[in-house]
Amino acid sequence: MNDAFAQIGLGPFLTVGAALLVLGVFGIFLNRKNIIIIMMSMELILLAANINLVAFSAALGDLSGQVLTVFVLTIAAAEAAIGLAILTVYFRNRGSIQVEDVALMKG
Amino acid sequence: MNWTLALPEIVLAVSGLVILAAGVLMRKDEAFLPSATLSVAAMIVSGFLVATSSSGVGYGDVFVVDAFARFIKLLVIAGGVASITLSIGYSDGKNALPFETPILMLFSTLGAMIMASSANLMTLFVGLELSSLSIYILCAIERDRVEAAEAGLKYFILGSLASGLLLYGASLAYGFAGTMEFAPIAVEINGAGALPVGLVIGVVFIVVGLAFKLSAVPFHMWTPDVYQGSPTPVTAFMAGAPKFAAFALILRVMMGPFGAMSPRWQLLIEAISALSMLFGALAAIPQRDIKRLMAYSSIGHMGYAMMGLAAATPVGTRGTLVYLTTYLVMNVGVFGVISAMRRRGREVTTIADLAGLGRTNPAMAMVMAICMFSMIGVPPLAGFFGKFMVFGAAWNAGLYGLVAVGALSAVIGAFYYLRVVKVVYFDASAAPFDKPAPSIAFVSAAMGLATVLFLLALGPVSEAAGAAAKALVG
Repeated sequence: MNDAFAQIGLGPFLTVGAALLVLGVFGIFLNRKNIIIIMMSMELILLAANINLVAFSAALGDLSGQVLTVFVLTIAAAEAAIGLAILTVYFRNRGSIQVEDVALMKG
Repeated sequence: MNWTLALPEIVLAVSGLVILAAGVLMRKDEAFLPSATLSVAAMIVSGFLVATSSSGVGYGDVFVVDAFARFIKLLVIAGGVASITLSIGYSDGKNALPFETPILMLFSTLGAMIMASSANLMTLFVGLELSSLSIYILCAIERDRVEAAEAGLKYFILGSLASGLLLYGASLAYGFAGTMEFAPIAVEINGAGALPVGLVIGVVFIVVGLAFKLSAVPFHMWTPDVYQGSPTPVTAFMAGAPKFAAFALILRVMMGPFGAMSPRWQLLIEAISALSMLFGALAAIPQRDIKRLMAYSSIGHMGYAMMGLAAATPVGTRGTLVYLTTYLVMNVGVFGVISAMRRRGREVTTIADLAGLGRTNPAMAMVMAICMFSMIGVPPLAGFFGKFMVFGAAWNAGLYGLVAVGALSAVIGAFYYLRVVKVVYFDASAAPFDKPAPSIAFVSAAMGLATVLFLLALGPVSEAAGAAAKALVG
């Protein structure tokens, strides 16, 4: 653990992470408009976990947290690509990406 | 270091990439059959390697192979092979699927196998994402159908939310336990007097993420829509591989590191199990679409399978594993029949379309009836043995309330399963279906037969499940 990190402590990092998680979850559930915003919220959740991982990794002096962060970055990129591809397919069929229109099947 | 531990996975990954490259080089309309055949072949080779693999921990303690991992991997591979075979028959004719479909199923199976073998939060997350990302694409692979696109979108949004929460939980568990490996986390839990709150929160997040993949009750809302909208072979696949893998992880975490504190989580699992069983039984009653019906049925079945986990004993774990095996057999049988529901090349999926199948196609009707009776749990069929073992385990563990709820929902569930049988045999005939493709007929007949003759396989299956449970509890 380096000195700068020790001075700040773990708390602020975890707080930022938790705040990002809450923002992300609320972004998904309170947003009634656009699916793109939902995808941005999803990225926020992954980044919240990344901040936690890096902070813990520095505090514990253990590299595996940072290794997982690199994996998560890669996976997040793949996920965004797949999500946008599905969204494009959906838009071509339906002509809209409003959240309220995604209700063809019900019951 | 013993690098051959992951040989089945390595073989599967390399063959997947090779088949993908070969498919790109071939003509588009000819590539499906070779890629499906090769994928099935690769999975069978990999299954053979799994069956003969030796136990051990490797790759810096991130990857574990034991009797439990082998059992789950064989189930996952069986589900994958059956779904790919269904997709071959489903794909000729008008609703042709692109050649990537079997390859994506192969990669999803690979992810599920990695999950079953994970001994580390990192392996768990990477395996889970490989399995889920492939399924997101599979749901929306029929690009011109708006229902498929909507199913893909819904599954993508809720699925990535669940993976995000799981990852956040994993980060907390890592921070508070100080390591990503399951074994030291277990030591941490069993050694310390009071558990760090962060660790508990982290584990709750991880269980939530996995319960979502299982479609157990508070996290089930995606299931009916996604099952209905996806192409039928993909639905058959989703009901198998990813659920077995999620079950593998829940069992591994709960019975392993958290085994010693079972009184503290038993109530939670009991509640999830009871709610899933009841909801699966009640919500299925008004359904008109057979795929939607199967979605609710799968929610209910996950509840029954969880009953074995709620017992928190090796016998219960064995019951859960046998239940999953029987569920695989009868579920694939039903989806085989659903894949064959075509009129003049167009897919039809309402229950009313099955009317009079007993006269127009007696063999298919027979498979449907056998699988439905087996899902109810009628004695000589496969489903009975699974139910019998989980009920027995729960009863012996003193969970009488849960057993009562299970029996009640089995009776309610019998209503809608029997309604399908009634429509098949006693309603006035609708127009006959097209002649089923050979591969679909083969899979449904084989699964129907396996459901009837499961009694013969019960000994070896329950012995293997017992060994798997023993490897887990240690």
